Amino acid sequence: MRLNRRAAALSPGLQVAVMALALLVIPVSSEAFANPHEYTLANGLRLIVKEDHRSPVVVSQIWYKAGSVDELNGATGVAHVLEHMMFKGTKKVPGGEFSKRIAAAGGRENAFTGRDYTAYFQQLHKSRLPLAMELESDRMRNLILTKEEFAKEIQVVMEERRLRTDDKPHALVHEKMMAAAYQSHPYQRPIIGWMNDLENMSVRDAKEWYDRWYAPNNAVLVVVGDVNPKEVFALAQKYYGEIKPRPLVPLALRKPQIEPAQVGIKRLTVKAPAKLPYLTMGYHAPALRNAGDDWEPYALEMLVGVLDGNESARLNKELVRERRIANSTGAGYDSTARGPGMFYLYGTPSEGKTVVELETALRGEMEKLMLDGVTEEELARVKAQVVANHVFRLDSMFYQAMQIGQLESVGLSYRDLDTMVKKLQAVTAEQVREVAKKYVQDDSLTVAVLDPQPLEQKFPTAAPSGLRH
Amino acid sequence: MQAIRLLFILLLAAYSQLALATLPIQLWQTSAGTWVYFVESRDLPILDISVDFDAGSSSDTPETSGRAGLTLQLLNLGAGGLSEDQIAKALADVGAELGGRFDQDRAGVLLRTLSSERERKQALDILGRVIQHPEFPEDVLERERARVITGLKEADTKPDHIASRTLRKMLYGGHPYGLRGSGEIASLELLQRKDLVDLYQSRYLAAGAVVSIMGDVSRAEAAAIAEALTKDLPQGKPDIVLPPVMAPVAETRRIAHPASQSHILLAYPGLRRDDPDFFPLVVGNYILGGGGFVSRLMQEIRQKRGLAYSVYSGFSPLRHEGPFEIGLQTKKEQSEEALRLTQRVLADFVAGGPTKKELIAAKQNIIGGFPLRLDSNKKIIDHLAMIGFYNLPLTYLDDYVKAIDKVTVAQVKEAFQRRIKPEGMVTVVVGAIEEK
Repeated sequence: MRLNRRAAALSPGLQVAVMALALLVIPVSSEAFANPHEYTLANGLRLIVKEDHRSPVVVSQIWYKAGSVDELNGATGVAHVLEHMMFKGTKKVPGGEFSKRIAAAGGRENAFTGRDYTAYFQQLHKSRLPLAMELESDRMRNLILTKEEFAKEIQVVMEERRLRTDDKPHALVHEKMMAAAYQSHPYQRPIIGWMNDLENMSVRDAKEWYDRWYAPNNAVLVVVGDVNPKEVFALAQKYYGEIKPRPLVPLALRKPQIEPAQVGIKRLTVKAPAKLPYLTMGYHAPALRNAGDDWEPYALEMLVGVLDGNESARLNKELVRERRIANSTGAGYDSTARGPGMFYLYGTPSEGKTVVELETALRGEMEKLMLDGVTEEELARVKAQVVANHVFRLDSMFYQAMQIGQLESVGLSYRDLDTMVKKLQAVTAEQVREVAKKYVQDDSLTVAVLDPQPLEQKFPTAAPSGLRH
Repeated sequence: MQAIRLLFILLLAAYSQLALATLPIQLWQTSAGTWVYFVESRDLPILDISVDFDAGSSSDTPETSGRAGLTLQLLNLGAGGLSEDQIAKALADVGAELGGRFDQDRAGVLLRTLSSERERKQALDILGRVIQHPEFPEDVLERERARVITGLKEADTKPDHIASRTLRKMLYGGHPYGLRGSGEIASLELLQRKDLVDLYQSRYLAAGAVVSIMGDVSRAEAAAIAEALTKDLPQGKPDIVLPPVMAPVAETRRIAHPASQSHILLAYPGLRRDDPDFFPLVVGNYILGGGGFVSRLMQEIRQKRGLAYSVYSGFSPLRHEGPFEIGLQTKKEQSEEALRLTQRVLADFVAGGPTKKELIAAKQNIIGGFPLRLDSNKKIIDHLAMIGFYNLPLTYLDDYVKAIDKVTVAQVKEAFQRRIKPEGMVTVVVGAIEEK
């Protein structure tokens, strides 16, 4: 709603969307080789600069390799809470000043927390990039965390949780489905954190988090815009160069926390005030680890395209338009992630149809695909969209920076983009069928259903009012 | 303060150098009488086209509510001898995206395609059929009607939707701007195919349409494209007169809902696109609740007290007075406190106006940040379509910056006092505390 996206935790649903986009990407031409430019400062900060001279503006994003996946039980949501606290001031730049100075420079700024990372950004006229770097580098090390500010901000975060999850039935279903699908992997926990953990969080939790992860050797700075890369490097050297690295566990050495194999279907029901039921099915699937050697994630990406990549794709055509079983339906796959991937099918049944009928229909579509495969025509159509979408996304500097930052913070590289496209283009119809057969199977499936409740009733899901501190 | 002022002047100077040079809008009329707004840009191999019609939800009546929305929705679901599936495939095969835009005034169709010959040709062929030869197949109408109705039933259980729907009715009463864009279940159920065809024939008119083109084509190519997209549009000039928007009856409605938060909305009639108070109100709104993190509402509600995650105020300018709206969500137990505080912030702002410092900060942001509003083809074509539809001058974007620069503290205060009545607002609280 409006411009108030500030300090947003990417909701799980949104994150799925963003992740899916990240893979559907290809470099256009050979000039991509000269651009982006890459530097590493002596303290370990990586800087990636992409020139885009269409407009006299710049976007600067700093990505920390610390997200909700790195949290421990009892302190879920702390990555996101710290993200909010990062706007509360330093010795040099007191609380509220950061935003005021960026606003006075004509800039926009915000931040977001994901499962695998936390990122902060500014968009401004290119002449104001030094200001963005000055402020952002300052709060990398000099943040002041007080009890008073924390006490207010944690209330804001709880309001955010109510707004985005507790009162949103579909988000609630997704949260509970992830909690059930993973029995040990931290992806079982919501980015925004469990309400009780938020209620019992202290400023010390935030401080510990900040001290553990906020350091140049755990960050990637991405700058896209009408800039000279050498000048950006000099600026980064000036503002970030003096910050000392800290001892911390590098990405490659963090505990893998491999999820034990699921050995049978899981089902759950979520009751919440709504009119229509809703169904979501999640299958464990691999995520991309080695852009050059892997093939399955690309085939899964194409599978999603064949099912839900365009208006004429299978799910919409068969289930919405022709058989009219679904009011809406779709498929998704989060392929670029530090942790495991997941393949989703979801939908809302048409009036008069049930979630059981919808589930049967979705399973029917998958069976048909496993039996008959996909046509060359369908595959070519999805590939055409991959090409076009990549070009379209060059229209947004912000998105270009997002793409680089996301890949870098999950252990891949922006340089993998080339490879990823080639591999997507090379996916065969048989490979799509093969991954469907291998991963779309009941033993690794979790099915969550929204059981809609009338508005007049009282609900246990509403936040209990007696828990104020 | 001197330094700030100087910086500000420099920004304006820097801005005005680039603005006209970077957005040279070309304007002409097709032989069918449609105005075309064109900006050539060769940086990316992309072509964006927007075709906008005077066919928004204010063309509905309470009896036909939902007709305009459904008409737009059906345009690409069967047109020019092609089925919806053929249309969807033809677009997907070349990676093109077809979208819509819809509000009280406008119904628009947007196409984005690669500019390369094969892709562009195929995508434009489809766009031409969709806007000039829609077929409104009966069975598709039945299905889409059912989907819209189902969607409305679901939406009517959501606190945010209940709040905005109730607010709109309270704000506009019987004025067509009060009608819900997606319609009402009762009126949707009665709509016939003929109603959609009639609306199309009377509102999707060549002489009232605006074609906006942005991207990787020459002027000559753009002219041919616009010609092909409009030659078969229905002829005639739209003849549309809406009644004036009246001040609403001040009222606060509290609606029960099981959600943990209350959704609070306040509104008053706001800005017209050609409004003489446009700039003082826009600058003032930035200070009150439009300026993200630094606005008064954000400071008082969120920063100082942690009462809400999101709080904003905003104008949505339309042909007639679009809504001026304030919104926030907070947990039920403190909703009355948050509402009182919001009302006080608004009343104080209207009574006292902004400070000089606030005004400077607002101008710095709006002017200094102006290039960010035009930094992509997508943003530029949206501006083109808006300028064209509301018949604003071609120098609108440059005038905008200059006009913002001229706004004074006294103008903001005077305009807010004359136009926004804190005691006259309509207010809705969904998820109100239940009375015991």
